[in-house]
Amino acid sequence: MSTAPAADVEVHLGDLGFGRGAHLLVQRALAGLPPGGRVAVSGRDPALPVHLPAWCRGRGHRVEWPDLGDRSDLVAVVVRGTADDDRWFGAERAGPALPSALSSRPPARWGLGARGALLEAGGPEARFDLDDRDLVWADVAPHLYAQAAARQWDPQTAVPWDDPFALPADVEAAVVQVMTYLVENEQAALVVPARFVGRIHPHFREVVQLLAVQMADEARHMEVFNRRALLRGAELGTSSAGGRQSLFTLVAESDFALASFLLSVLGEGSFVDLLSFLHQNAPDPVTRRVCWLAMQDERRHVVFGMAHLEHQAQLDPRLRDRLRAAIHRRHDALADTAGLNADVFDALVVLAAGGWHPDDVSTGFDRVQALQHAMDQGRQRRLVRLGFRPDEAAALSALHTRNFM
Amino acid sequence: MSAPTVLMGAVAYDPKVVTIWEGFRAWLRGRGLDFDFVLYSHYERQVEDLVAGRIDAAWNSPLAWLRAERLAAANGTAVRALTMRDTDQDLTSIVVVRADSPVRQVADLAGMVVAVGAVDSPQATLIPLGHLDAAGVEVDVRRFDVGVGLHGDHIGGERDAARALVAGEVDAACMIDANHLAFVQEGTLPPEGTRIIAQTARYDHCNMTVREPESAGVQLFGTLLLGMSYADPQVRPLLDLEGLTAWKDGRTSGYDLLARAVDAAGFFSPDGRVTATDYRP
Repeated sequence: MSTAPAADVEVHLGDLGFGRGAHLLVQRALAGLPPGGRVAVSGRDPALPVHLPAWCRGRGHRVEWPDLGDRSDLVAVVVRGTADDDRWFGAERAGPALPSALSSRPPARWGLGARGALLEAGGPEARFDLDDRDLVWADVAPHLYAQAAARQWDPQTAVPWDDPFALPADVEAAVVQVMTYLVENEQAALVVPARFVGRIHPHFREVVQLLAVQMADEARHMEVFNRRALLRGAELGTSSAGGRQSLFTLVAESDFALASFLLSVLGEGSFVDLLSFLHQNAPDPVTRRVCWLAMQDERRHVVFGMAHLEHQAQLDPRLRDRLRAAIHRRHDALADTAGLNADVFDALVVLAAGGWHPDDVSTGFDRVQALQHAMDQGRQRRLVRLGFRPDEAAALSALHTRNFM
Repeated sequence: MSAPTVLMGAVAYDPKVVTIWEGFRAWLRGRGLDFDFVLYSHYERQVEDLVAGRIDAAWNSPLAWLRAERLAAANGTAVRALTMRDTDQDLTSIVVVRADSPVRQVADLAGMVVAVGAVDSPQATLIPLGHLDAAGVEVDVRRFDVGVGLHGDHIGGERDAARALVAGEVDAACMIDANHLAFVQEGTLPPEGTRIIAQTARYDHCNMTVREPESAGVQLFGTLLLGMSYADPQVRPLLDLEGLTAWKDGRTSGYDLLARAVDAAGFFSPDGRVTATDYRP
C-alpha cells in the first residue's frame, strides 16, 4: 500500500474573523488530518493574517506563507502540529457511562471526572475511601433516585398550615413534644448521610445523588416538624440526654455499611412505624399531613438501605457478624442511658388516648404498646431478610435502642 | 561523582513562575540534573548575575538577551541561546486604531497620540516605535508603565494601552499580535472595533541564555528541556502554564529588529550599560 501524501484541505472563512470563532472552522479541518497535514485557510477578515498565525503558534501548529499570487484570499497554510494529539496521549475513559457495568473498584485518578468521560492523563489523585462497589452500591439506586427527585414536595404548599383547628392545651403540648423529638431525629438522619457523601467515589454517583436527595428530605422534615411545633406557641418541648446520646451513636459510626444498617434498616424502619402511628392518631390536619409526607420519604430511605445491605450480605458472609457486633456495641453504649425521653412516650399515649378518661388512657397505652410491637416485628422481618435466623433476629431486635431511631 | 548542577535565574513577573519552575525542578532532578532556581524582581540584575557567573542560566526576555550579549562581549566572554519555546519564534507587533478612525496607513499617524506599553516592553513599545521611526513617522507617545523591569512580560501595560484606545484617549495603540487576538476574545477590544494599520516584521522572544563555554550541567539542562514532551502528563500542565508545546533549539537570528530599536532609542549602550534615562527597574 502506498503512503499517499496528506490530503490538503481548504477552509474558507469568508468574513468570519478569529474574534468571532473562526478558530472553530480551522480546528475542525485540522482535526481530520494527521500531524503534518496541511490546511489552506482563506478569508477576508482584515485581521486574519495577524490572528491566524498567533493562534497557530499557541497551539503548536506551523504556518507556511503562500505565494500571494496563487489565490487572492489565501491567508496561510496551517501545518498540523502534534500538541492536540499529545494532550490526549494516555487518556482513558472513566469507566462506562451507564450504571449497568460499573467498575468494582474505580481508581482514585478518575476522581471527580464525570463517569464515562475521556480523562486527560495527569490531574489529581482524588481519594474517596468508599470506592468499593459492593460497599456502597445497590442496583435500585438509579431508580430510587429518579423516584425521590420526582416526589420532592414544597413544605409551604404541601401542608395545610392555615386549616382552622384548636386543640386542648395538653394535647397541643403533646404534639409539640413529639414534634421536638422528630426534629432531633431528623437532624441525625441528615448528618449521617452527609458524613458519607463526601467519602463515596463519584463513580457511584447515583448513590451520592440519592443520599443528597435523602438529605434534602430530612431538611424538609426538620422544617415542617419544627413549624408544626411552633404553630400555636413559641417554645419547643424537652430533649433528654439519653435521646441525644442514642442519636449521637448513629452519627459517630464511621463504617458506611454499619451506619446505614443502624440508621436505615433499624432506625428509619422503626421511624416509619412511628410516623404511621402519628398519622393515624394525629389530633389535627397539619400534624396528620406532615407525618404522612415524612413517612413516604422515609419508606424510600429504608428501601435503599435494605437493598444495598442485602446485596452486600450475599457477597460477604461475614457482614452479618459485623452487623451483629454493631447492634451489641450500640446497645452497650446506651445501656446506662434512660433511653426514650419519658415525655415523648407519655405524649404518644396522650395522642393515642384522645381523651382523659381512664379508659381512654388505657386504650392509648395499649396502642403505644402495639406500636412498639409493630416496630419490633418490622425490625425482625428486615433482619431475617438480611440472613439472620428468626430466633437471632428476635434477640437482636430486642437490643435495639429504646429511643426508636 | 556528584550530579551535574545548574542554577537558573527567572524573573518573577507572575506568581505562576514559582509553580512552573518548582515543577520543572522536580522533573529535572528526577532525571539526574541537580537543578535549582533563584527568582529576580527584574531582568537587569538577572543579566548582570549571569554574566558575572553567579547563575548558570537565565530565562531571559529578548531585551535581557541583548543586554547579556553586550555585557558578555564587553567582558571578553560570550553567551548563547540554549533553548527557546516554540511560541517564542516569529512573533509580530501591530499598531491598531479604532475602526472609525480616519487613519488608513502608518503615515497618517504623524503627530497623533500613540499608546504603548511599559518603557522596557520589546513588543508593545520598543519594536513598534522602532517600526514607526523607520517609516519616518513622528508620533506623540503615551506610555503605560506597568511592571517596569519585567520587559513587557506583564500584560498590564498593553491592556491599558488598548483600553485607552477604546476610550478615545489615544489615536492608536501598539501590542503583540497574540494579545490583539486575546483582547478581542476577552472583550477588552470590541470584535470589529479596531483596525490594524501596521504590522512589524517577524522577531523572536525569550530564550534560555547561558555562558560559553557550557558546563556539563548546562549541556544536560538543554538536552532535558528539549526532551520534554507535551504527551507527558507530569510536565504538560507546566508547559501549558509557561505557554509552549515544545522547547526548541535556541536561535539568535530573530533579534535584529529589537537591537535596532534599542540602539535607536538609546536604551542600552553597545557595551550593555542601561542608558535609557527614564528606566528605573
